Amino acid sequence: MAAPLDHRRNPDELLRRVQAEERREGRGRLKIFLGYAPRVGKSRRMFDEGRRRKQRGQDVVIAAAQPDLPPTDLEVIPPVDGVIDLPAIFRRHPEVCLIDQLSFHNPPASRNPERWQDVEEILNQGIHVITAVNVQYIEEQRAAVERFTGKRSLSSVPEKFLHEADEIEVVDAPPDLTMGDTRILAELRELALLLAADVVDRQLQEYLDSHGVSASWGAQERILVCLTPRSDARAMLESGQRNARRFHGALLVAYVEQSNLDPADRKRLEEHVKLASDLGAEVYTLKGQNFVETLLDFAHKQRITQLFLGHSQRDRSPLEKLIEAAEDFDVRLFPHVGQASACSSERSSEVGAGSDRGSDL
Amino acid sequence: MPPHLKIYLGYAAGVGKTYRMLEEAQALRAQGTDIVIAYFEPHGRQETIAKTEGLELIPRRVISYGGSQFEEMDTEAVILRKPAIAIVDEFAHSNVPGSRNTKRWQDVHELLAAGIGVLTTMNVQHLESLNDQVWQVTGIRVRETVPDWVVDEAAEVVLVDLTPRALRNRIERGVVYAPEKAHRALDNFFAEANLTALRELAIRHTAHEVEEKLQEPRREERILICLTGRPASANLIRRGKRLADYLRADCLAVHVSKAPEPAPDEAIERHLSFARNLRIQTHVVNNEDVPRTIADFARAHRVTQIFMGRSGARPWWKRFSETIVQQVVRQARDIQITIVAERRR
Repeated sequence: MAAPLDHRRNPDELLRRVQAEERREGRGRLKIFLGYAPRVGKSRRMFDEGRRRKQRGQDVVIAAAQPDLPPTDLEVIPPVDGVIDLPAIFRRHPEVCLIDQLSFHNPPASRNPERWQDVEEILNQGIHVITAVNVQYIEEQRAAVERFTGKRSLSSVPEKFLHEADEIEVVDAPPDLTMGDTRILAELRELALLLAADVVDRQLQEYLDSHGVSASWGAQERILVCLTPRSDARAMLESGQRNARRFHGALLVAYVEQSNLDPADRKRLEEHVKLASDLGAEVYTLKGQNFVETLLDFAHKQRITQLFLGHSQRDRSPLEKLIEAAEDFDVRLFPHVGQASACSSERSSEVGAGSDRGSDL
Repeated sequence: MPPHLKIYLGYAAGVGKTYRMLEEAQALRAQGTDIVIAYFEPHGRQETIAKTEGLELIPRRVISYGGSQFEEMDTEAVILRKPAIAIVDEFAHSNVPGSRNTKRWQDVHELLAAGIGVLTTMNVQHLESLNDQVWQVTGIRVRETVPDWVVDEAAEVVLVDLTPRALRNRIERGVVYAPEKAHRALDNFFAEANLTALRELAIRHTAHEVEEKLQEPRREERILICLTGRPASANLIRRGKRLADYLRADCLAVHVSKAPEPAPDEAIERHLSFARNLRIQTHVVNNEDVPRTIADFARAHRVTQIFMGRSGARPWWKRFSETIVQQVVRQARDIQITIVAERRR
């Protein structure tokens, strides 16, 4: 499933945050400029910031720069054989280190194999770091990058490193012909923007959590597909996936455990859950006496913006109560299998379990 | 090549949109491009003002309104001067009454039609389709909006990013606002959560614009918005159109009037015209049976998804009768129906 996995309110995530908080004590602040290609201006933005900070009285040094660095009045601690000179930096102990090419792969037998690990050490000494990286060097993005470019970068930086940064800033500019194939560059540009949006979304969630704000809003579309025995699970899941992909939002799938289902409905529901898992979705099992309340509660906690459900097959169903109570998210009702009118079905309708018998809702 | 519109998109005052735009203007001038400043809002920011040095400035036009004098871009003068590229700050600006156009983006369209390329700036919260979401997040109802299609048609949208921390630092240092205004700003609109949410919207929107230009539009869905005179219809239109745009769906709107001869209803007319401004095809149908008419209209127009607002609060004596939403839901179980939330705070 292309939609990103949910990262909210899961125990591992909370633990990670607490640990990150502990690590941050006494640690330098990390700021990363994220770009999508060489020549978009990351390094320039980084050095501009270094210069401005120096003007404001901070003690700034350059620990790694590209060879074509324009003349600067900033102090340089020259790398040794391309590798950041950690002992020299620790002795000098500046306030801020500027480090270009975060993805640099150190030569064999260096203290650390990768430059980002050197940066970790510098941060642990309480020194702030400002650095720059291109999206194609982010470990988790390399497969996607390879699809566009046909090339796989050798060195990499784990995405986790971006998520743990205190600040990440996007360096955006439309691609121009001097930079290469503009189509490939546009793909990389989108990738970088979406990665940045995800980092920012986590920051927003962390901020809200740490300040005890429970907000029912967000900047991301969050779709919840609610599986029921008679609903057209495939249509809802496929549409959910397409919507989540188009909005670059999150897709969640859930069903409410109901004790009074007859065996045929139970079997159908199990098939729907299996289908969702096969499509790569994580399926939440909700427990509660009252279908409507249980679903509403989950939707609010997850800051859902769109709830997908099957149409009811009978009048006066709990569905009407749900629609009335669902005030802060959209409710989208889907025709049951075989009931979509020819014009409205997004795919050819199948003959299936559609019947006039009492529905699950 | 037709003249280009390039938008520098930010998420708040002070992120550096105008500065970035002027940087590019200077680079173009250095390459020998005939470029002028058609409108520039200095806001007393020294670094930005310094970037205008050496650029030709077309004087603004003075317009009197309500006993005061206002200055707007002199669109006519810019067209007469006919540079290759014009710098026009604050794309979402509403002109003072008595101007040639009500919105600056309409002035910009005139420049483009006259063969002049335009660089301009705007914040993501001025996008029409995000109006309700922005209000929900920040508590601010943005009045100056730009229809999404205007931004979608731009040749380029560039994100001007700055972290909220850096922006708040700039405000504290008095770079963005005068000191007495700065503190109020930091507590209100520029609160960190607001900025972070708006920033995410700006990044996601830029990604959306990049993607739109990468892919051929494929129309496979048709969305029908059911309009009424209720104020929430504006929210419904924005939300429906936003979903339609993201899903690359056609979008149409219908209002079903019960009266045989629809009396001109101001609220409904306003909503219909609002929808047309967003390039939604609108229809008015007269029929007593509103739910059936909506369902029939949807089938006749091969609609794949009906968008409806929630039914308003009902007086107690009507609690046991069905709402229009309930009736449409019953009549159109063969069509996807979306009941749109009313954004509240």
